[in-house]
Amino acid sequence: MIASIKKNDHVLKSIARLGEDSIDEIKRQKNPSVDIPLRNLSNVNFNPKKAIIEMGKAKQAREFFNIGMAKKYMQTFLVAEKCKDVLDEGKTVSIRDLYYMSKSTIPGTSENTFDEQDESDPIIEDLEVTADALREELGLYASNKGALVGEITIRDSGDTIDGRRMGSGGWSIPSICEPNFIQFKRCDAKFILLVEKDAVFRRLNEDKFWKSHKCILVTGGGQPPRGLRRLLYRMVNELKLPLYTYVDNDPWGYYIYSVVKQGSINLAYESVRMAVPHAKFIGLSSFDKERFKLPDNVTIKLLDEDIKRAKQLLEYPWFQKTPWQKEIRNMLKLGYKLEQEALSKRGISFVTEEYLPKKIKDKDFLD
Amino acid sequence: MKKRPGKALKKGKRMQQDKIEPASAESAPASKTLKTRGKPVIAKGRVAEAPAAGDGAVEIAAPKRRGSSHVPQTAESLAKKQREISVSEFFAKNRHLLGFDNPKRALMTAVKEAVDNSLDACEEAGTLPDLLIELRMIHEERFRMIVEDNGPGIVKAQVPKIFGKLLYGSKFHTMKQSRGQQGIGISAAGLYAQITTGQPVRIETRTGAKKQAYQCELTLDTAKNQAEIVAEKDLPEWHKDHGTRVEIEFEGKYEKGRRSVDEYLRETAIANPHVTLTYLSPMGEKTVYERQVQTNPEPPKEIKPHPYGVELGTLMKMMRSTGEKKMQGFLCNDFSRVSTGVGHEILTAAGLTPNTWVQSVGPKEAEALYKAINATKIMAPPTNCISPIGEDRILAGLKATVKAKCYVATTRRPSVYRGNPFLLEAAIAWDCEGMDSDDPVTLFRYANRVPLLYQQSACAITQAAIDTSWKNYGLSQPRGSLPIGPAVVFIHFASVWVPFTSESKDAIANYPEVEKEIKLALQDVGRKIGSFIRQQANAERDAKRRQIFEKYAAILATSLARITHRGQIRKTNEKAIQGKAAKINYWLQKIAKRESAAADRLVKGAIQEVHEAVHVVEDAVPKDKPEGQ
Repeated sequence: MIASIKKNDHVLKSIARLGEDSIDEIKRQKNPSVDIPLRNLSNVNFNPKKAIIEMGKAKQAREFFNIGMAKKYMQTFLVAEKCKDVLDEGKTVSIRDLYYMSKSTIPGTSENTFDEQDESDPIIEDLEVTADALREELGLYASNKGALVGEITIRDSGDTIDGRRMGSGGWSIPSICEPNFIQFKRCDAKFILLVEKDAVFRRLNEDKFWKSHKCILVTGGGQPPRGLRRLLYRMVNELKLPLYTYVDNDPWGYYIYSVVKQGSINLAYESVRMAVPHAKFIGLSSFDKERFKLPDNVTIKLLDEDIKRAKQLLEYPWFQKTPWQKEIRNMLKLGYKLEQEALSKRGISFVTEEYLPKKIKDKDFLD
Repeated sequence: MKKRPGKALKKGKRMQQDKIEPASAESAPASKTLKTRGKPVIAKGRVAEAPAAGDGAVEIAAPKRRGSSHVPQTAESLAKKQREISVSEFFAKNRHLLGFDNPKRALMTAVKEAVDNSLDACEEAGTLPDLLIELRMIHEERFRMIVEDNGPGIVKAQVPKIFGKLLYGSKFHTMKQSRGQQGIGISAAGLYAQITTGQPVRIETRTGAKKQAYQCELTLDTAKNQAEIVAEKDLPEWHKDHGTRVEIEFEGKYEKGRRSVDEYLRETAIANPHVTLTYLSPMGEKTVYERQVQTNPEPPKEIKPHPYGVELGTLMKMMRSTGEKKMQGFLCNDFSRVSTGVGHEILTAAGLTPNTWVQSVGPKEAEALYKAINATKIMAPPTNCISPIGEDRILAGLKATVKAKCYVATTRRPSVYRGNPFLLEAAIAWDCEGMDSDDPVTLFRYANRVPLLYQQSACAITQAAIDTSWKNYGLSQPRGSLPIGPAVVFIHFASVWVPFTSESKDAIANYPEVEKEIKLALQDVGRKIGSFIRQQANAERDAKRRQIFEKYAAILATSLARITHRGQIRKTNEKAIQGKAAKINYWLQKIAKRESAAADRLVKGAIQEVHEAVHVVEDAVPKDKPEGQ
């Protein structure tokens, strides 16, 4: 912990500099403004060489004397102030803690500085990119989300975690997976399998899939959180393991794979330390129903929003490879989606005993 | 009724070309029993007993009485029933034409006629008018109206003629801007009193400090169109050096609201800021509208009629009554803007010569002459005969009576319709106290300084206000209606001859030239108020912005002071940090003021001075009710 404080000195300096720049402008009676890098599609580039999504250079001036920005400007520095307090005390707090720490009623009004955590979370992300400090470096963590089981032994804040003895639920993955908290000890796994859904993770764990196939099993319960993504990055790079993703056959499943592989638009600045360009897409594929002879009644009709999202994916530069265009277009052509659980129609353990082994054996992946 | 009888309709002349059908099928002489609000009222006054041929009589054909007889009428039997009725008799039966159609309106009309007369008299004599208007409630449906002025007074001999004779007055024979036009008003009020209560009109008048005051009571002989003095005496003492006091008792109904006596007087005060009005309402309330300007308006000049404004019948009458012998002289001297050259041109076009004897011109030639006049290009009439109220005086009147945040006014240049010079003035009082911003604006219409309270929807002013596109000036306006906003829109139409739609003088007729000018006047004030509305909106917006900046500045200042503090914040340096935050906050507030500068205008300027003139604060500005009679 002591080590982390020293390391975060640059964060305190960076925050102080943001404050000093503003004070300077205010003193000179100028409209103070902070340039905040944009976190949207217009400001991300796909770097084909590194195969990751990178944040562009576009910034937006957040001004205090602008009616649409005044509150956000105040909030940005309020969050910065609370981060400084946390860092000064050498502690870490959850982003929910920070929300409560920053929340107060503005004197003389009935208005709160923050009403919802939904309001403070994006401000934290703004601060991360503006102060060039990651959330972890700001002393913040999110609630644990995601689980791990499998052929690996991990040290978590000094405690030894044996992935082979994690019961049915698995090891809860913390939001900070930096080397100063998490170290890898013994690893017997040959690959990592990321599954989208918690229920499928339980199925595979119950069948001890990780044991029979010598692997590490992880789930993010939907879109993988930053802690899990950082963990995957470190395992892939430090343990040199391949990573397979197994998700629903719908646009949202594709996008989970995409985020793991090349990073997200919102957190493009994190791609460099989270994206796993070697990740492979194992399924479900829009061709799987035919290939694995699933009955018609397991399909779900695509909703309008599914179709819209699929069409957006077709436009993303990182989905331009021919197999991917075929995959997505096939789904649109068929007009239905498939859930991971649909495989259970062929037997409870069909996924463990037939589907995944066959896919892995045949190297039937999309890249 | 013809509303433009022209110059030739003189006292004693027979109105032969006007065959008048009485509204009532009853052909009996001025019936003693008149239905008023469903209740028969016995007219106790000396109403004409029998038709008598005389001055001001009109020959009419009595309509056939249905069901009375199935025997075919012969010319002789018809002749027995045909007889003359007098003008006053006619009006006695058609009182709605003069604005006495219901008790509520009658009360307003009577006050209006008396006040108009008093104001005209004072102004003509060059006295600053000081009027007392009192309404005494005898009972629910009966009132005694007292109107007293400080005018020149009336010489004894004239009193019966002015108050007892319809169509008698100084105004009817001239082309001159004045409140009254036909000389019907006040005598009609007397006639109405006689019909409804039988009470005579009481007049007190004094023409100077060294003269004795005179008091008389008179009734009207409707058949003869003349007054009969019931009682008269000289008063040894009177409370004013000069002036006239009229007391009339009649049936009426007092209500407050948009078309009430109260409202009429309030609106009169606005357009006549040179007048002091003291009003004692039937409820005993005293309202004083103090004089806002210390001079009378410029007296309007009398002009001769312009050829374009004269109709064929009038032209023929003028030829009969002219003092000129020859046509050239008639045209050049009896009309304005007819030069020798123009006169010659007209006569040539009509196939006449300058030396044609006026008396030799027959109907055919007259018609040719009429056509020739309208085919000849004649210079527009002189417009200096119009006396506008003036922008400053309108503003003074409005400010004293309507409490608002902003006032604008405009006086247009005179224009001409059908040979009649006229002029438009408009004003807006914006953001009036007590008015709802979701309601349509309140329209104050005036003709020659007289408020028009009835027939709003039939008036050219209303039409023009609806046709003006107010959206350009920042007001919302539903399709086909008046704009929305907490405003009074004031429009004054001044002319030597106001084209009313009827004798009750409620609404202005819709001549294209007139509507165009009204719209131009409204656009003028619209532009002016538009810029204020924009400024006001800016100021309000900035006030909101400032509030937001000020709200967040303190928190921001604290955060900035804390994050720029090197090292951990301890109790020992808390004070220094607070000092720094205060300094930052001070700088921020300074920028906030600068960045929301328009907000200062809302506090300082724009909001106009509070008025002191109305002593009794009236109810909130009444809202416009839909017109319906």
